[in-house]
Amino acid sequence: MKVAEPLIKPVITAGTVQQKVNASLARRHRKERVFKSFGLAAVLASLALVLILFINIFSKGLPAFWQSAITLDIYFDPQVVNISEKPVQAANESDNAFRQRDIEWQTEVGFINFNRLITDSLEKVLPDARQHRRDLQRIVTSGERFALRDMVVQDPGIIGQTRTLHLLTDANIDVWLKGNIDRSLPDAMQQLSPKMREWVQQLSEQGLIQNRFSFALFMNADSRSSLASAGLAGAFMGSLYMMLVVIVLAVPMGVAAAIYLEEFAPKNRFTDFVEVNINNLAAVPSIVFGLLGASVFIGWFNLPMSAPIVGGLVLSLMTLPTVIIATRSTLKAIPPSIRQAALGLGASKMQAIFHHVLPLAIPGILTGAILGVAQALGEAAPLLLIGMKSFVASVPGSPFDQSTALPVQIFLWQGNELRNFFEARTSAAIIVLLALMISLNALAIWLRKKYEKRW
Amino acid sequence: MLCSRLLLAIMLVTAIISAQVKAQTRFRDTIQIAGSSTMLPFVSIAAEEFGYSFAQFRVPVVGSGGSAGGLRQFCQGVGSHTIDIANTSRPMRPAELAACKANGVEQILEVTLGYDAIVFASRIDAAAFNLTPGQIFLAQAAQVPSAKGMVANPYKRWSDIDSSLPEQQIVLAIPGTNHGTREIYEEDIVLPGCQAMPAVQQLEPEAQLNFCSAIRKDGRVIEIAGDYTETLARLDAQHDAVGVFGVSFYQANRDRIKVAAISGVLPATETILAGEYPLTRPLYFYVKLAHVGLTPGLLEFSRYLASDAVSGENSPLQDAGLIVLTPELRQEMLQRIIRQQSL
Repeated sequence: MKVAEPLIKPVITAGTVQQKVNASLARRHRKERVFKSFGLAAVLASLALVLILFINIFSKGLPAFWQSAITLDIYFDPQVVNISEKPVQAANESDNAFRQRDIEWQTEVGFINFNRLITDSLEKVLPDARQHRRDLQRIVTSGERFALRDMVVQDPGIIGQTRTLHLLTDANIDVWLKGNIDRSLPDAMQQLSPKMREWVQQLSEQGLIQNRFSFALFMNADSRSSLASAGLAGAFMGSLYMMLVVIVLAVPMGVAAAIYLEEFAPKNRFTDFVEVNINNLAAVPSIVFGLLGASVFIGWFNLPMSAPIVGGLVLSLMTLPTVIIATRSTLKAIPPSIRQAALGLGASKMQAIFHHVLPLAIPGILTGAILGVAQALGEAAPLLLIGMKSFVASVPGSPFDQSTALPVQIFLWQGNELRNFFEARTSAAIIVLLALMISLNALAIWLRKKYEKRW
Repeated sequence: MLCSRLLLAIMLVTAIISAQVKAQTRFRDTIQIAGSSTMLPFVSIAAEEFGYSFAQFRVPVVGSGGSAGGLRQFCQGVGSHTIDIANTSRPMRPAELAACKANGVEQILEVTLGYDAIVFASRIDAAAFNLTPGQIFLAQAAQVPSAKGMVANPYKRWSDIDSSLPEQQIVLAIPGTNHGTREIYEEDIVLPGCQAMPAVQQLEPEAQLNFCSAIRKDGRVIEIAGDYTETLARLDAQHDAVGVFGVSFYQANRDRIKVAAISGVLPATETILAGEYPLTRPLYFYVKLAHVGLTPGLLEFSRYLASDAVSGENSPLQDAGLIVLTPELRQEMLQRIIRQQSL
């Protein structure tokens, strides 16, 4: 009788396995090394790019946070500032009548030539000033006369007194002192006349013109008549109002939609359809939302143009899918045992979700919401289409006032004619926006860490 | 607990916002302006000074988007969601006027603010140019006349066109069709340069126009849809490029770009004012008279903008590069505003 041969021949002995492994080991290690070095190279390349970007922006933008200013003793000469008494509301006077009188008084102050105060003061430090009156008027940037006016409007008691003030110099003087223009160029290519250059040299040697921290960059709205005073306050407030609208609209709506879809909605064709479309919405280019906003909110609802309320509505639409998706994935990650335990103890579904699931989901929801808001904060494209790239020289007082936004302000400054001055200003605006973004992201991380629970 | 407080806060904020919406049903209290990017710096300066000088009015808001874009917004209709003033660097076309009237914008005040010159400029480190309209046409045309009839544009260097020109690659950055500047470029440069050629004069008038306005498509002519900074960026990127700019932009960047003479005349304040420099054009603003009395300060701002103190001799706008009107013309414009004379 023949012995049945084993079905599988033991061709692989322990020795051959060892051989095979040994033979392939070098190749497999090499593959791993290649993959690791690719990964490392990718990380290094992206870090290098970010570093180049940051070095570029910071080297250009940081100097713009300091701006040349001239220290002058301004005498509020009663002969120049010759105005009637500031109106005070009488006991029996209506608010409207008082406002009328106040505006009339302010108009009277508006006719005062505050430039005289500045040039009079300059004449004291520049002996040959009288012969070059036109050059003299160009040393201090033109917007500073309104600063002097506002001081008088605030406190008319200042008339007759002398105050030492730091006034911003003309943008071209700042450019000259910072070396942003080639000083060896012939006169015809320079922005400053030879006389002004001589004065600037003299004043900075005397220490009267100095580089000072630029509060104007943060306190003023945009300006075109006085370029040196152009600031970010208007754009910042515009962005702030828009973010408020986004937080009030997109976050609660998105969270409510996500809770419904995740916890309550029946699984059927309709909810599938909604889900697919929310994901599609997240992929819609932002400029499309801008077109929608222009035609629906401005065209139909007659909301004002260039207003943060419209910008906020448009950005809310854009942020909504981000918030919904983030909230849903957070809710999904909460262990079902939490719900089951609550339901098992007799809680209603609503109680189980609001008392037990949602508190655990809060860090995730907050992270999603903050990242959505940060994304909305940096968005410029849709805002261009709803009139927010207009030149607005005032700080908005409500979401219905015309305004710009930080990313749009960057776009506008990038397009300003006086390149030598605004290249640095643009980078400074970018730094401010980046700082805001980084602090929002840091807040998101901190909140997540603070409320995080582990199972 | 946290959730109910959150809900309460949200309801409160929503209530405040909806109350605000109700308050907004009155007409807007800020003048809204849009249009030509050439006019933008001038009108912005005036708007800012106006708002800061008169306590009862707010600073008007000035948008850009080109002459055509501004007029399109202007002609959308009457109401607080439409703009009050459109700035243009060319007169309104009959078709645009018809569109305005069709949308109920019947009463339109046209005011000339001043003049602007357009310049051809190259990088400061590039060669100096002295161009004629004919040479510019030959540099940018799709087809050019030759001994063998009309042939596809063969010129690669400026020196191929005329030996007096620098031996530099032809790259021309011209304004896109959304800009009013483009129209002046075509009417004052391309057409005269083209129609002066004997071979073109033999064509039918319509064929002439078609022939002259065709632009070469081999990448040597770049149409810039954005602002002049985009043209400047193009010059920064391409050493050989020659760009079209407004004279005020050139003046603010004299250290970076160098202007070309046109038919031997350099654009300087004297030559422009004397009318020797050929490429000047009037700048306009259009006021929607139906909004007078609704938008506070509309007529006052128009008068302020056209006044001698703001846009006349030694005014802030002249400092910014505007070429000012003659005193007689200014008087006429101010009269137009006071009488609210419609087109």
